[in-house]
Amino acid sequence: MPAFWHWFVAAGTILFVVWCVWLIRWAGRQGPQNVADDQVVGHVWDGDLEEWNNPAPRWWLYLYFITILWAVGYMIAYPGLGTFDGVLGWSQHGQYEEEMQTAENKYTPIYERYAAMGFAELQSEPDAMRLGASLYASYCTTCHGSGARGAPGYPNLTDNDWLWGNSEAAITTSIRNGRMGVMPVLAPALGGDAGIDNMVAYVKSLSGLAEADANAMSAQPMFVALCSACHTAEGTGNPALGAPNLTDDTWLYGGSDEAIRTTITQGRNGVMPAHGELLGDDRSKILAAYIASLSQQ
Amino acid sequence: MDKSATYNDKVVRQFSIMVVIWGIVGMLVGVIIAAQLIWPALNFDLPFLTYARLRPLHTNAVIFAFGGSALFATSYYVVQRTCHVRLAFDKLAAFTFWGWQLVILLAAITLPLGITQSKEYAELEWPIDLLIAVVWVSYAIVFFGTIAKRRIKHIYVANWFYGAFIITVAVLHIFNNLAVPVSLTKSYSIYTGVVDGMMQWWYGHNAVGFFLTAGFLGMMYYFVPKQAGRPVYSYRLSVVHFWSLIAVYMWAGPHHLHYTSLPDWAQTLGMVFSVVLLAPSWGGMINGIMTLSGAWHKLRSDPILKFMIVSLSFYGMSTFEGPMMSIKTVNALSHYTDWTIGHVHSGALGWVAMMTIGTMYCLIPRLYNKEAMYSTKLIDVHFWTSTIGVVLYAVALWVAGITQGLMWRAVNADGTLTYSFVESLKATYPYYGLRLIGGLLFFSGMFIMAYNVWKTISDKKPVPVAVLEPA
Repeated sequence: MPAFWHWFVAAGTILFVVWCVWLIRWAGRQGPQNVADDQVVGHVWDGDLEEWNNPAPRWWLYLYFITILWAVGYMIAYPGLGTFDGVLGWSQHGQYEEEMQTAENKYTPIYERYAAMGFAELQSEPDAMRLGASLYASYCTTCHGSGARGAPGYPNLTDNDWLWGNSEAAITTSIRNGRMGVMPVLAPALGGDAGIDNMVAYVKSLSGLAEADANAMSAQPMFVALCSACHTAEGTGNPALGAPNLTDDTWLYGGSDEAIRTTITQGRNGVMPAHGELLGDDRSKILAAYIASLSQQ
Repeated sequence: MDKSATYNDKVVRQFSIMVVIWGIVGMLVGVIIAAQLIWPALNFDLPFLTYARLRPLHTNAVIFAFGGSALFATSYYVVQRTCHVRLAFDKLAAFTFWGWQLVILLAAITLPLGITQSKEYAELEWPIDLLIAVVWVSYAIVFFGTIAKRRIKHIYVANWFYGAFIITVAVLHIFNNLAVPVSLTKSYSIYTGVVDGMMQWWYGHNAVGFFLTAGFLGMMYYFVPKQAGRPVYSYRLSVVHFWSLIAVYMWAGPHHLHYTSLPDWAQTLGMVFSVVLLAPSWGGMINGIMTLSGAWHKLRSDPILKFMIVSLSFYGMSTFEGPMMSIKTVNALSHYTDWTIGHVHSGALGWVAMMTIGTMYCLIPRLYNKEAMYSTKLIDVHFWTSTIGVVLYAVALWVAGITQGLMWRAVNADGTLTYSFVESLKATYPYYGLRLIGGLLFFSGMFIMAYNVWKTISDKKPVPVAVLEPA
């Protein structure tokens, strides 16, 4: 803060405090025009509006004065008067650092115990699983739901279907680094509405949702040409790319004709945000072990 | 009779009627959004009925349409009576009425359309802001023009408060809304980052301090002694608490930005001056209640006085609660919870609306040369409906807010949060229900008022009232 503004703030503040104190002193003295305390002041408005010259109640003046004293004391102790830091040396950043350090000291031993454990061991520790459940409730419910059953576009974590794999490393990586699942817009390559309709029918036939009739099968060569790079020629998906298995009955964005059509014509962009910096490695792993346990129940 | 020898009560009547109408409209929107918090489907998937668009409509309607009309009506009435002259500039006064109604109408159209500056209580876009500025300056010219031609030397205390309110709101409105327009419906604030936040809450808190406090203290200082038939308790107290209140309120804004990127020194000043504000605020309550003291027996027969005493009690309660909530350690619990909403409503319903309603019951018969309202019984019914409503409302949100604050900060032995956000929301539901009932009660009281007002004025053609000679 430039020196001018420091003095502007500090002097302005002190001026207002002095003003309040002066008002209190004024109120303590005899009222106007030497009117006795228990008389009306003598002005009359609108026929019958008058004012008593009662003094302000003592307790009220004391209350006012005490709050001012407290304010002065507070501004000596804490930063307030311009660049003056206050004799206690307090700052909100300092308070934050201090509280974070306290938490670090208190909780590190707990996490150190879990650091060496694998999923199976963590899952057999009720305390670790409770910890995982709390982390889940704080960080994951917004998208995956409090029951972890997901929502359109957000995977169900309680089934045994894993877009990016269910190894310890895979789940932990999903949490720490996040994931980007991209389905490109492929409709222009399908040759108009009929081509899209046939592709929708073919995709549905892969999981038995529709009959593999002649129309559907006419899209098969196009599927092999366009889709197999990610979803494989059989449509079983590829966890390395997060490409869903199309032969099961899990549909991330919905399995209706309309939903599949939208997926093909507009593409999809699934984002799992990275939580590594927020949670750190230890918490990420415990959370991953908890999430893995949800599909084993 | 020579027109200048009579009071200009036409504009007072116009604003008074709009108080009742905008009260019903504003509270209706409030009840709808309170219900949406319980049943979100009540927005029927229509963009203009969503909570985000109706909430600013509610706050603007109750503060600026309902409260604003009450302040215009009573300040125009009081300044004429206590200056013993007709209101200055009849045509300009008429312009303030129609101009203000146009502002409200434009707000009611643009806010549901999603046209907003996204500044709380200053949502309206720049063309409307310009209109407000013009109306407000006209208001100042009419009010101070009347003061200037007064026929009595001393300016009555109510006018100090009205005057401070008019000047300060002009300054707040103009500076907070400085913006660069890019189209008719879109502008960008000239302030950025934390300066924008500070300007917004300098404005926001003084909207509370000057619009909803100083203005309504002006109302209180005329109508409480009038209705009680007693002199104001203490002239000296009114001097001290007036000059303290307007000096100290200006500093309180930063308490809305505790533990943010606002520098520590600004947070501290916001907090300590909020605490110092306790006594100056209470000065008004003491003067009001002590003015009624000695007329307690009148409470048995006069429900208007009951409105006023309950209003003063809520004023004292919320001006204690406010300084307390501005203390950092309390604020760390209360901020972002429904406690804040409860605090606002014990001020807005308990203090502002109760004082307005009591005042209107006192004022409206006088404007239509009647002895009293059509039915005193109905005023009493209205009193109990409102009182029970506001108590239910405030209690529900106190409990809800403290519950939320405690649940959000609860930590397990391993350092993780005990509750997810949605669990705290689930815990809040019963209180949202209670709050809706309280709001519905208060809202229904406004219909009793509308009926009573209609029966009072429908058969009377008002006649001009002669200006009273100064004593």
